[in-house]
Amino acid sequence: MENGRFGIYGGQYIPETLMSAIRELALSYERWRRDPDFIEELDSLLKNYAGRPSLLYFAEKMTNDLGGGKVYLKREDLNHTGSHKINNVLGQALLAQRMGKTRLIAETGAGQHGVATATAAALLGMDCEVFMGEEDMERQALNVYRMRLMGAIVTSVTSGTKTLKDAVNATMREWAGRMDDTHYCLGSVMGPHPFPTMVRDFQAVIGKEIKEQLLSMENKLPNAIIACVGGGSNAIGSFYEFIDDSSVALIGCEAAGKGADTEENAATITNGSVGVFHGMKSYFCQDEFGQIAPVYSISAGLDYPGIGPEHAMLFDNGRVRYEAITDDEAVDAFEYLSRTEGIIPAIESAHALAYAMEYVPSLEKDQIVVITLSGRGDKDVAAIARYKGVMLSE
Amino acid sequence: MNKIQQAFIKGKAFIPYITGGDPDMETTEKLIYALAEAGADIIEIGIPFSDPIAEGPVIEAASARALEAGCTTDKLFELVSRVSSRVDIPLLFMTYYNPVFVYGLSRFTDMCSQVGIDGLIVPDLPFEEREELLKPCQSCGLELISLIAPTSVERINNIASNSSGFLYCVSSLGVTGVRTSLHDYAANMISQVKEVSDIPCAVGFGISTPQQAKEIATFADGVIVGSAIVSIIEEHGRDSISPVSSYVSTMVEAMRT
Repeated sequence: MENGRFGIYGGQYIPETLMSAIRELALSYERWRRDPDFIEELDSLLKNYAGRPSLLYFAEKMTNDLGGGKVYLKREDLNHTGSHKINNVLGQALLAQRMGKTRLIAETGAGQHGVATATAAALLGMDCEVFMGEEDMERQALNVYRMRLMGAIVTSVTSGTKTLKDAVNATMREWAGRMDDTHYCLGSVMGPHPFPTMVRDFQAVIGKEIKEQLLSMENKLPNAIIACVGGGSNAIGSFYEFIDDSSVALIGCEAAGKGADTEENAATITNGSVGVFHGMKSYFCQDEFGQIAPVYSISAGLDYPGIGPEHAMLFDNGRVRYEAITDDEAVDAFEYLSRTEGIIPAIESAHALAYAMEYVPSLEKDQIVVITLSGRGDKDVAAIARYKGVMLSE
Repeated sequence: MNKIQQAFIKGKAFIPYITGGDPDMETTEKLIYALAEAGADIIEIGIPFSDPIAEGPVIEAASARALEAGCTTDKLFELVSRVSSRVDIPLLFMTYYNPVFVYGLSRFTDMCSQVGIDGLIVPDLPFEEREELLKPCQSCGLELISLIAPTSVERINNIASNSSGFLYCVSSLGVTGVRTSLHDYAANMISQVKEVSDIPCAVGFGISTPQQAKEIATFADGVIVGSAIVSIIEEHGRDSISPVSSYVSTMVEAMRT
């Protein structure tokens, strides 16, 4: 792979100032990813600190209720910090340490990646600054407090749409001014090379475990894997192990907000077109002049106008199918899983569940669907209550 | 020799930047005439982008104002087609890669050369990625200006040897914006460039005072000033023609004495 290309997508479209840092990172990643000590230290942290492997849970009540295929949930919500984000962050933090960096910076949308980064920084004794859109800081006040509790500085981003895209802009600017001691711990399979590849590799543990666990439980591969897609890291992490298993349908669920045909959505594959932004060539929600669109989703983690370049390729070649899920459908699924299985999912993950609720009844009894539950929903409870017109006070 | 190279022959070049359409198209047009009149040797016109990641807060805010006021790539093409016949100096577009890419690379470069644009600066298109834009630029005689930064180090030789027009030397780390003290980086970078190439070197990022311009002009072939001018436009809006004009005159004078 030349310069991190996925077909025509990917690349390194960044200001000259950042080129040396990104090249240093690409070289370091190539060097350390195969280093036995690095791999051992990461595996040990994933096992003893993050709590891997995460459960593959047979959702029997949901299976019976939906009628159709068997439903398994990959429980990334049970990881330490409550989402899949920790998988990537531990990898990048260990790499940053080996590169001699003492400070981590990160963007965050829902706050899950920010919390994971603050956690790794606390554990490894590194400084941490997280950039978060002002609007997201309001939506996810609990996560802001969690980050600060662990010693991170949380900086409010007030430019543009005041959400995830603007947090990425702010973090890139910060990195451009300070790269000697600072690693940009990017949270998804996006941005300039090597991030899309590196983050995918760190998240690929999800799919590897799904395969191993399901083979031991059912002695076969799943018929489908469903995951939500913002930048797309939990989805790529779930899918990657199965790319060559053509019998396994891979389905990514993006945020349609108030409807993919309305002004307010973040459905990049459904509505976007090819462009170059945040260091990568991929699909983006944008206008005819290439101005990035102000996207919307109830889910701060999916409220992003682009998608990782590998997803763009997998869409073009048809290997992954992408479905757009509205706020309403996601909130229904959020409530459904809570009620049916006693598991409160992240509103991001609820987008994958919503599609599964529609899809599973069409399957045969012996067919198997794995849904990646990328995170837990505690952070979303207050926002969903508001959405339903319930005001909570703590 | 093309127009851009000629601009450096007369002496040290002063290169102002303004964001197109800030605060409106009419003022931008007047500003271009005023900049040329006040002694600018090349003018950079920014095509505003929604997410200008290499810019500091001043130019970011200007981009937002311009877009809010309805500026589009097509409107700037129209504007340039009017002004290019009335000013002698080279005009450059500075914008991010997405507006160029989405417009269509050849369609964009063809329009540029039709309306009288002489070159492009695309800050998020580093040397290694420029090939797909370089070809359409070359086929219609547009210069694609390369940037180097203090962190470019071992890449400087390659970039300097394979660039044309002039080299945009980023004076310091970080993003555009006014800085009170300048690094020695620029002087070192330029001496490294001059070992392998005689391409003119213009220094940008963080230059705002006549004293700074004068210092930079002792070792650079040109001085690029953006945020300081855009700040004046931010403050005075439609009435910024006269204050911008007198600021530019002061800067030009400082560089040449």
